[in-house]
Amino acid sequence: MFYYKRLNSDLSFIQKIKEMDYVLLICIILLSLISLIVMYSTDGGDILFHTKNHFMKLIVLFPLMLVIAFLNIKHWHTFAYLFYFLIILLLVWVSFFGLKVSGSQRWMNLYFFVLQPSELMKIAIILTLAKYYHRIKIENVNSLASITLVLAIILLPIILVISQPDLGTSVLIALSGLIILWIAGIKIKYFVYSFIIGIISLPFIISFLKPYQKLRILTFLDPDRDPLGAGYQIIQSKIAIGSGGFTGKGFLKGTQSYLDFLPEKHTDFIFTLFSEEFGFIGSIGLLILYTIIIIRIIRIGAISRSNFSKLFCFGFAFSIFIYIVVNLSMVLGLLPIVGSPLPIMSYGGSSLLATMIGFGIVLSAKINHRQLIAG
Amino acid sequence: MIKQNLGIRKSDVFNRRMFIIGMAKVVILAGIVSRLFSLQINENKKYLTLSDKNRIREWKLPPTRGNIVDYFGNIIAGNLKVYQLHIIPEQVENFNYLLVRLKTLLELSDKKIQKITKLKNKLKPWDSIIVSENLTWSQFLKVNNYLYDLVGVKPVMTISRNYPFNDVYTHVLGYVSQPNQKEIIENKIVQERFVPGMKIGKLGLEKKFENHLIGTNAIQRYEVNAYGKRINQLEFQKGSQGNKIRLTLDTEVQKLSAKLLLNKAGSISVMDIYTGDIIAMYSSPSYDPNLFLFGISQDEWELIRNNPLKPLIHKTISGLYSPGSTIKPIVALSALENKIINPNFKVKCTGKTELYGQTFHCWKEKGHGFVSLKNAMKQSCDTYFYEIARLLGVDRLNITAKKFGLGEKVLGQYFDNEKQGLFPNTSWKKNNLGRGWVLGETLITGIGQGYTQTTPLQLCLMTAQIANGGYKIKPKILVNNKPLSLEQAKNSMKFDSLHSPNLKLFDDPKNIKIVQEAMFSSTNEIYGTSYKSRIDDPKYQFAGKTGTSQVKRISKRERELDLKLEQIPYKDRDHALYVAYGPYINPRYALSIIVEHGGSGSKTAAPMAKELFKLIIDRDELRKKQSNFEDINI
Repeated sequence: MFYYKRLNSDLSFIQKIKEMDYVLLICIILLSLISLIVMYSTDGGDILFHTKNHFMKLIVLFPLMLVIAFLNIKHWHTFAYLFYFLIILLLVWVSFFGLKVSGSQRWMNLYFFVLQPSELMKIAIILTLAKYYHRIKIENVNSLASITLVLAIILLPIILVISQPDLGTSVLIALSGLIILWIAGIKIKYFVYSFIIGIISLPFIISFLKPYQKLRILTFLDPDRDPLGAGYQIIQSKIAIGSGGFTGKGFLKGTQSYLDFLPEKHTDFIFTLFSEEFGFIGSIGLLILYTIIIIRIIRIGAISRSNFSKLFCFGFAFSIFIYIVVNLSMVLGLLPIVGSPLPIMSYGGSSLLATMIGFGIVLSAKINHRQLIAG
Repeated sequence: MIKQNLGIRKSDVFNRRMFIIGMAKVVILAGIVSRLFSLQINENKKYLTLSDKNRIREWKLPPTRGNIVDYFGNIIAGNLKVYQLHIIPEQVENFNYLLVRLKTLLELSDKKIQKITKLKNKLKPWDSIIVSENLTWSQFLKVNNYLYDLVGVKPVMTISRNYPFNDVYTHVLGYVSQPNQKEIIENKIVQERFVPGMKIGKLGLEKKFENHLIGTNAIQRYEVNAYGKRINQLEFQKGSQGNKIRLTLDTEVQKLSAKLLLNKAGSISVMDIYTGDIIAMYSSPSYDPNLFLFGISQDEWELIRNNPLKPLIHKTISGLYSPGSTIKPIVALSALENKIINPNFKVKCTGKTELYGQTFHCWKEKGHGFVSLKNAMKQSCDTYFYEIARLLGVDRLNITAKKFGLGEKVLGQYFDNEKQGLFPNTSWKKNNLGRGWVLGETLITGIGQGYTQTTPLQLCLMTAQIANGGYKIKPKILVNNKPLSLEQAKNSMKFDSLHSPNLKLFDDPKNIKIVQEAMFSSTNEIYGTSYKSRIDDPKYQFAGKTGTSQVKRISKRERELDLKLEQIPYKDRDHALYVAYGPYINPRYALSIIVEHGGSGSKTAAPMAKELFKLIIDRDELRKKQSNFEDINI
């Protein structure tokens, strides 16, 4: 009884402060500051719309992260499924009543905030699967019923998001889900088989793609086929990054950016601007910062006693990694343009909200890492 | 406990799987870093260039053309500041309102307004529309006064070609105007330096020396944004003015020629008999080349084009005329050189000669009686020249005429429209007309009628080469370097002829002398055809030969009527010609004058020579003193 109580009792506030992961916290603060500086540059060296809004969002969401950090992670375990279904409901709602912007219907207007539920799904899927594998017996992990259920959990939001249409986010949700399956111990051969099947069915998948999506893939393979049209973004992005050189053009001196050659510089191409102005050195610095964050999260996962925390941390660390890799590969011309933000750096409230919730849960996991959660 | 064991086993799986992922992450991260490295370090130069290409746009400004100056350094084709009005569409708030305002301010025509609207739709919004290329000062002031109300309008000061002597040099210089598509493509340099508003030479020396005169563009480098809008000026690179051209022509003589030929069709050429420098070449009537700078109006163009005196023809080099009696010195020289006659050879002139039943008239109906060579030249007796031409034959005459430059281009390379004229011989007729030569044709060739076609400049050169003692000279219009002094020029002329015998145009210098004396008597002795135009002062005294060339065959009836000039329709009047050189002692200059349908050479053309020689010889001293010659490479 005592044992149980010790494991489950909440820590005092002082203890919680002591248990906080300050390295991670400082890294997040640092990244937020960098994101503000870069946002300031995208506004042409002025505090305008994007800088102000990004700052406001950070001001609101950073305390939210801290609140989540001080809440016990077990509550996330408790409400994981509910959270998942709530987001599913939002996705369904969006597909009927959502805000339509340039052909896709992904947003719901909350008047003070435009929410993109699919971004939150990136967190929800990890939470749900973490809870599922926390509870399930290890012998049942590879059972047909279990795998079917899990695939259904992953596929449901993906179908909803793809129909918005939003290929980028659905791929990220899928990857976030799959990584939990991997960590949970689904047999490697299943992954290999699915991979082979995936490769074989690739032509069929491509034939189901929308024309603009096909165009993106063609453009990725040869950006110069339409340098002023579809290939424009990637060509300009490469020029900006390449012309940055070793030390960069200097803060506020990124000509590609302030002369508007860079498209989407606030959001998906924020790294391009950063890299143009701060060069190879700056880019490596940013990557190191991200790497520290990811390693800290993995470490928290490693020291967590509860499997829920462990799975969430590993999953979230991997998701962050995937977001970064997909975003950088995209702006560096290694992947087709799919539209995925760079965590914290990119302008966009829902992505920031999801990331901050994730960090909050991770910090909570750290504070409560000695705690076991009853399955 | 069991639960806990299970948990530990589970977390082992988690950790092992996470480790594999970790390895994959390192590999992927390494890939991204290497990509960054290759873009930013390896290919930095390439992308830096591409980025500059993106952001830097150059605006070329029209180059400033080189000046053309006369012998004394007076600018005859220069550049003038002009005031222009540009509209920059992207800065205009209300385009229609602006057009209405401008229309009333500058009194623009509806057509012009339509043109501007058309341009606006064609050009990019940051490209300026030229509303007016040449505002008057008062218009410029007006626009500046109302500038607060004309948003998007930019008064601009720029440089434009200008011909200060208006029509005096038109045929020599030509004019500049906007190039058409073909002209841009044909000339690489023009293609390279072309900007809207730039003008190129369309005619004359302006065209011939386009690449020499054109100059280089000034370049404004701007930083532009992705939409092409100028953000800020990075650099202004000054262009250099085109090279200068210095002509041998003398503006004062040119102006006098223009005055003498006012309201007449004709040509005056003046040449230095030793250096071949052309002192004047004026073709009348002329037109103002300044009209073409900003686009000539249809009415003005029609006026020039339809003028019966044909101002568009450069008569000095493209006008073809029968030389008339001005050919006689050559006929005489040829006869002497071929030893057909001696100076004492006499012919009896009865006013006409019969040949194979055809009658050849002398201009003097009553005849000249017995005439020697000197008298025949003096009074321009046609019968005498019929006779010696008959004895000489056209082929031998042709050889002499060719030597003196008839039937050949004089300036050759400078003007595209120069004609080479014609001096016939028997084989020419056979080859070109397919018929045999008739002796009667030799007779009329002997008095400068028939097939012979000469340009005024050819006659001037012919006279110059008689005047200089019979040496070939190369006429020129450009001053390339410091000119030779008189002595140097004379010596080099004679020295050159020792080396290349074809530069010496005679066998016996006595023959040239005889011809010169005959020309002297024609002007300076009583009964000479140009006796009335003589100058007795030896400083200005000149020797010459009149000519009157028929433009149509005179019928017997007309000959009997002996009509006065005013009674004959303009088109049927004879051309008046005169060739001369002076001063007679120590000659220096030769000239030729042609007045189309001017009547007789002695009445119309010779008096002009009198005025010209006074001016030319007065200016001889100035010409000699002229210094500061620079080398001009053309």
